[in-house]
Amino acid sequence: MNFASKVQVLLWKEVKSELRTKEMLSAMLVFALLVAVSFGFALEIARDEVTKILPGVIWVTLTFAGILGLNRSFVAERQNDCIYGLMLCPVDRSAIYVAKTLMNLLLMAIVELIAIPMFFIMFNYPLPASLGMLILVLFLGTYSFMVIGTFLSALAASTRISEILLPILMIPMIVPVLICAVQVTGGIFSGDLSGISLYLKLLITFGAIYSGLPFILFDYLLEV
Amino acid sequence: MAKNRENPGLDRLLAWLTFFSLLAALYLALVYAPTEKTMGDVQRIFYFHVASAWIGMFAFLVVFVASIAYLASKDTKWDIYAYTSAEIGVIFTTVVLVTGPIWAYPIWHTWWSWDPRLTTTLIMWFLYLAYGKIRSSLGEEEKRARLAAVFGIISFVDVPIVFMSIRWWKTLHPAPVVGGSQGLALAGGMIPAFFVSLFAFTLLYLFFMRRSVRIERMRAEVRAIKENL
Repeated sequence: MNFASKVQVLLWKEVKSELRTKEMLSAMLVFALLVAVSFGFALEIARDEVTKILPGVIWVTLTFAGILGLNRSFVAERQNDCIYGLMLCPVDRSAIYVAKTLMNLLLMAIVELIAIPMFFIMFNYPLPASLGMLILVLFLGTYSFMVIGTFLSALAASTRISEILLPILMIPMIVPVLICAVQVTGGIFSGDLSGISLYLKLLITFGAIYSGLPFILFDYLLEV
Repeated sequence: MAKNRENPGLDRLLAWLTFFSLLAALYLALVYAPTEKTMGDVQRIFYFHVASAWIGMFAFLVVFVASIAYLASKDTKWDIYAYTSAEIGVIFTTVVLVTGPIWAYPIWHTWWSWDPRLTTTLIMWFLYLAYGKIRSSLGEEEKRARLAAVFGIISFVDVPIVFMSIRWWKTLHPAPVVGGSQGLALAGGMIPAFFVSLFAFTLLYLFFMRRSVRIERMRAEVRAIKENL
């Protein structure tokens, strides 16, 4: 078996256990929509202000929903010591990491597919002209977020206070990504794409840095 | 049981040297250095602000190196170095984050601005607070050292960005005075004040390091004795 088919097996295991419990996806989705509603009430923004505020609102919501899902990602494996079963698999530890990351990306993609249109509906805002760019920045932002998030969730899951620790580790780590993603999204919403290339490049840089580091360091996280 | 390699003579020398160089730095920065033409006396905070920033980043570099060394060797010594250096780095970075706004208010007319340099420094500060939080949330020594080392490595990714941010982006933060585009951009009398402050803060860092490393070693010894009893 090569690396890809090992990852495939592990990913299928993730999908199966999620399909049986549906605990992560439902929690993330409901949470994302609740945050959207809270922002809608708390900010009560006029139409012309939406362009300025909506990018931030979207990314903060996605961040919190993502952290909620990530909290369960590795903690769930602690039940019945499933993590040891995973570690005993005849695969590289990095295969476990890749499978988990892909699963989390899949979950976030579903959440975004439902939550983002809801934002446009709830804030009564027209779809931006460059929809392709919006999808690109959503992908880049979510990717950086999830590659480092899955790694940190494995780290936090080894501690006693995983649910408290994860946001504290996550948020400072992903703030640069968040800033870049918000800037690009803002550019897309206002229709002014001139200033976003620097931030797009930074997003790609962070994506690359955050994908490289876990590969080197993941083995150390799952030592017994 | 680990034997403490104590050297009280060296410690005492280091303590006095730190004390006198800090006095010298205070004199040079507050009295000797000329008053800046446009900013006035408030510019004098610069000597300590920049020195703390450098030492803060240097401390985090030590965390990074010690973390790699720990993962490579699994020697507890490196874990102690990483931990104490992170603690001291947070203190120096706190000094940076406090002195910065004190200078900024009269000059920029605002305490804080979300420009890349300030934001990344703040993020760096949060990252090393999180580093401390990882340590306090784990009991088992080996696991704590290992996970902290992993985080000590990834969090350091941010430090070069902090350091480079004023060189990459146009920001509100003043341009670097050392190694910037104009070389050394300091007036004559300011140079000794700057370098003596930097020297004094480096000594202060070394002094703190030696002290806390000794305390950590004693703690480990006490734990070992407790387990034997």
